[in-house]
Amino acid sequence: MPANKEPKGVKLDHISKIYKDPKTGKDFYAVHDVNLDITPGTFVTLLGPSGCGKTTTLRMIAGFESPDEGEIYLGGEPINALTPNKRDTAMVFQSYALFPHYNVFDNVAYGLRLRKVPKNEIEKRVTDILSLVELSGMEQRMTNQLSGGQQQRVALARALVVEPGVLLFYEPLSNLDAKLRVQMRTEIRRIQQKLGITAIYVTHDQSEAMSISDNIILMRGGVIAQMGSPTEIYYHPQSEFVADFIGECNFLKGKVKESGETETIVSLPEGAVSVAHDRKRTPNEDCEIVLRPEAITISDQGQLPCQVELSCFMRSYQNYHVRVGEALVKITDNCPINKKIYHVGDHAFISFDPACAHLL
Amino acid sequence: MAARQSASLDRKKFFGDPVLVITILVLFIILSLFILYPLAMLLVDSVLVRNTERYSIAELVSGAPIAYYTENGLPAENGYTGAITVKLSPAQDGLEEKFVPLYSSKGLFAHRATLSDAQSGKTLYIKSVNSKDKTVFTAISDLSTVQETPVTYRQNGRIIKKMDGIELTDLCVELNADNWTLDAFPRIFRDYTFNRALSNTLTLGAITGLGSLLIGLLFAYVDVYVHIRSRFAKKLFDVVSLLPVVSPPFVLSLSMILLFGRSGLITRKVLGIYDADIYGLWGIVIVQTLTFFPVEYLMLKGLLKNIDPSMEEAARDMGASRWKVFTTVTLPLMLPGLGNAFLVTFIESVADFANPMIIGGSYDTLATTIYVRITGGTYDINGASAMAVVLLVLTFGLFMIQKYVLEKKTAATLSGKATRARMLIEDKSVRYPLSAFCVLVSIFVVLMYVAIPFGALFKLWGRDYSLSTKWFAQMFREGGWQAFRDSFILSLIASPITALLSMIISYLVVKRKFKGKAFIEFVSMLAMAVPGTVLGVGFIRGFAGGVFRTGFLQGIYGTGLILIIVFVVRSLPVGTRSGISALRQIDKSIEESAYDMGAGSGKVFTSVTLPLIKDSFFSGLATTFVRSNTAISAVILLVTPRYLLITCRINEYAEKGEFGVACAYATILILITYAAILIMNAVLKRFGTSRKINGKENA
Repeated sequence: MPANKEPKGVKLDHISKIYKDPKTGKDFYAVHDVNLDITPGTFVTLLGPSGCGKTTTLRMIAGFESPDEGEIYLGGEPINALTPNKRDTAMVFQSYALFPHYNVFDNVAYGLRLRKVPKNEIEKRVTDILSLVELSGMEQRMTNQLSGGQQQRVALARALVVEPGVLLFYEPLSNLDAKLRVQMRTEIRRIQQKLGITAIYVTHDQSEAMSISDNIILMRGGVIAQMGSPTEIYYHPQSEFVADFIGECNFLKGKVKESGETETIVSLPEGAVSVAHDRKRTPNEDCEIVLRPEAITISDQGQLPCQVELSCFMRSYQNYHVRVGEALVKITDNCPINKKIYHVGDHAFISFDPACAHLL
Repeated sequence: MAARQSASLDRKKFFGDPVLVITILVLFIILSLFILYPLAMLLVDSVLVRNTERYSIAELVSGAPIAYYTENGLPAENGYTGAITVKLSPAQDGLEEKFVPLYSSKGLFAHRATLSDAQSGKTLYIKSVNSKDKTVFTAISDLSTVQETPVTYRQNGRIIKKMDGIELTDLCVELNADNWTLDAFPRIFRDYTFNRALSNTLTLGAITGLGSLLIGLLFAYVDVYVHIRSRFAKKLFDVVSLLPVVSPPFVLSLSMILLFGRSGLITRKVLGIYDADIYGLWGIVIVQTLTFFPVEYLMLKGLLKNIDPSMEEAARDMGASRWKVFTTVTLPLMLPGLGNAFLVTFIESVADFANPMIIGGSYDTLATTIYVRITGGTYDINGASAMAVVLLVLTFGLFMIQKYVLEKKTAATLSGKATRARMLIEDKSVRYPLSAFCVLVSIFVVLMYVAIPFGALFKLWGRDYSLSTKWFAQMFREGGWQAFRDSFILSLIASPITALLSMIISYLVVKRKFKGKAFIEFVSMLAMAVPGTVLGVGFIRGFAGGVFRTGFLQGIYGTGLILIIVFVVRSLPVGTRSGISALRQIDKSIEESAYDMGAGSGKVFTSVTLPLIKDSFFSGLATTFVRSNTAISAVILLVTPRYLLITCRINEYAEKGEFGVACAYATILILITYAAILIMNAVLKRFGTSRKINGKENA
């Protein structure tokens, strides 16, 4: 089904939302001065721990909440004063929110009927969209006769069929089991790319966000902590919070010894290591090395001495917790079958490629 | 914090939804006009005293002096219903047309007369002395009691009293100047009748509350904890818990009189007591207890089921006896719930009008005293209003405690669900006496109900126990068809209105956010705390002279419309409560998604919300129908001879001592309401898809 409409961009201009804390009665910013400009046709994920403001932001875009400051634009038009039913958005809900008194066909056709689309066109569009989400032949089923994954597809079809300017997802996969979740997220991504539709996706699951998005907006405490492509965020986190939230992470505190063109030499109590940086540092500045567990190798020879505190076989990798000076460092050593296994109490060395580390 | 624009944006969005705005506006008007306003008028009446100047009538200009009416409001032979024109003394200048009450030296003669100076000379048109005006009718019949030789004759088999002796010159008109004072309250608190009624009411409420609490608790305990083998007993408990729902409020009073009264079947025939006196406090207590305990039984059963059996098992395991477990674990857990149940019954008992009316004898309660003050000759508006305010404050205060303190506490202590089935008590020493007691009570209740149709079928209760249909025949001869038709039609009109209104209110309360939501929620629940008698007085005071005595909406007073409105108001809280609890089960995002897809509020409600709470809607229909058919306390004050309501007829016949006809009415009434419940269940089975929907697991 080709999308007849151009996808729309979404712009949030200094958006804030104030809530009252029910316990203290004080006002606080649930969302504070968020600026976003989402390119039409891209898949953007709002990611963050609970209470970070991602849900409120999404609900403001849908129109269920009103921003206290700023203006929201959809396709260049300000939409602050529009009610949800007058906005060119369609949302896929966490609980799917299917109408239990309608069958699959009527659920999907609901939005089209409201738009007074002619009957034969409704039939055609619903059939098309159901085949896109691979539910052909299920038109007459009641929604409670469907599995969770199928219900999710119906919810998706129902949102897609009205050809919204922007598609909103509110944690759509959190009610599915782990395997189905992985399958559905590739499915969602496939359909979004096929239709070229703008999508805004809210989740707290970083691996879901990583695998599905063009861009991730990581939020914390109502403000944007960092935005960028999944790789940017993973490899170039701008803060300890981002680095830690987006995946397992080790931090080594040290001082800048010397900063060159592309790399900085950091001195740690256990020795000096060289790390790639994105800007030049001044000597003696406090700094922190961000190390992903898979970027570290453990061996008899290496850069920093360590002592093994945990060694655990995890099928595809060996999981180590080692102590480097004061710091606890987690290591995933892939394909352990042909490697030396270190045991608790063993002394060893860790090492890493400067390009695989990141300096904060 | 910076300027907030969300409030203004929300307002813009709100007003962008005309269906929602209009609905809320209409609800506001309905609730204010038909619940708040009448109650407010009561308050006003209790503190507003009228300084009156009386003008006597000097001369009859035209028209016949007095009109006579039959009992059902038709003009009697040679009666005259048109306007009469009189001259006032002293002559009044500059009077505009206004409504005034007309008094004779014996009290109020006509509730409303039209005063006008349209003609030369100040004239009085008694226009509204017509068949619609119940008060006139009562006033006239009251006056007749002071006649030395009242002339009576029969018409259509009914006794008509003809009143002589009231001379036109005896009439006078009152022109009012309003005056605010709090005199009414100290006055009624010095009033012996009121004080006795108040203490009677409280005594009655306390005894009935405790009595039904105990019996209800016992039933609930036996049902939940004790292993009952007999199917018969289980079925019996079900029947007993259903009976008060379908039965009119005073049925038990009737059968109490039939079974234990002066010529009662049990007292006289079986026990041979000839001067049994069932009238009075204990009569009401027994009747009310039997009426209200099933409600407590159902409430407490729900509570007991929520107690996790493992808690009690833990106590047993540590060595507590069963009694010890009950007193140290079960009872403390239930305490707020028990208080809650007690107050519910207390309020019901205090508000009850029909039972004290029929079986109370000289034991007057507040409700009956107010009724007598309003309908009796004295017509003490201030006093009656003040009493109604006292009754309202009493029930309302208790209602607030019950709703906002005890209900919360109950939810707090007993929110958990039982994790698994309870080990039922098999011990014979517990099982036999407890279940025997419950079965006996149940059989007794069933017997009471069975007495009703027989009361209608026996030729003369107490004397001649041969079967006959003469009471039914008399019923149909004396307006029976009309009574059934009127009750049926008025209730039938009220039902869909109530069901729809309560669904809309529940939707707004549960799913929408707007200013004034608290008002709507509060007022629609408030109606639950208002005794019918108080509401009735409020409606009289509020609408007899039109809204704020301006004549606006006066037209509804005395019509079927006001009865329908009362039915709606009385059933609204019940429907709303069931709607709210049904809607709370439904995921908010289902409606949000419809809204998001482009549906406006009206469309969301009709296409999504209403289909999902169909069950609640249907049961609202049936409940309203049943409640309206069996309602008496409010409507008895508002009904006019033009409409015959079954309940009012029963009350009338019971007061006259014609129990055969009363029983005939009650028998058919029970059949009608029971049929309504059966139809509802059938409809729910056939069309009630929502159970299927709610049953779906959240995959």
